[in-house]
Amino acid sequence: MKFAIVVYGAPYSDQASRSGYLFTRAVLEQGHDVYRVFFYHDGVYTANALAVPPQDEADIQLDWATLGKDHDLDMVVCIASALRRGMLDKAEANRYEKHAANINPQFTISGLGQLIDASLQADKIVTFGV
Amino acid sequence: MSQVLFVMSRSPGTINAQEGFDALLMGSAFAQCSVLFLGDGLYQLLKEQNPEPIGSKNYTKGFSALTDYGVTGVYCSESQLREIGIDSREFSIDVQQLADADINRLLTEHDTVLSF
Repeated sequence: MKFAIVVYGAPYSDQASRSGYLFTRAVLEQGHDVYRVFFYHDGVYTANALAVPPQDEADIQLDWATLGKDHDLDMVVCIASALRRGMLDKAEANRYEKHAANINPQFTISGLGQLIDASLQADKIVTFGV
Repeated sequence: MSQVLFVMSRSPGTINAQEGFDALLMGSAFAQCSVLFLGDGLYQLLKEQNPEPIGSKNYTKGFSALTDYGVTGVYCSESQLREIGIDSREFSIDVQQLADADINRLLTEHDTVLSF
């Protein structure tokens, strides 16, 4: 089955990001396809490459990035949600003349059309958060 | 054309509600979209909104453009409306009130449901 995953909640503030990760991992382990993971609302913080959680806690951002790399996942961060919350990749940081970029390159910034496309292409869309 | 139902259940002061509306407008470019207001989301429909003093944008002004975007189905829960004591004459747009059984049917009729 082809899944689309949507994450609305920020890591640590909300269980959504962790649950979304565990679900996505389980789906992949069972041999299903993940068409796209879309991060919206506070879920965009999952793409933060600068998080440094304590060593005895789960590194939610790193876990997502690693899962994405291992399975070549299309992990998309909503551009409007991201910019509003100070989540920038290098291109956006240059465009808005900000001094730093913080989005892990494993994630791509794109528009809301990617959410709609995912909801139309996937057999199941599963949302975490709200 | 695929039919997508957007379910709005957050109060109008939240960014999730505002970003949900953005998603609805974007969705209307790709699919036949309808919108259902439930729970705290019903407060988004009130016409007298002035959230600017608390640093919030009044995105609900955009509701009047929904028909221009081809979003023809605008629904809300009749029973929940009664529960919170809002008169639909206080709404900024025309909304079709649905009984609970009709809401269940609406949810199953659509190919995709996105909640905000």
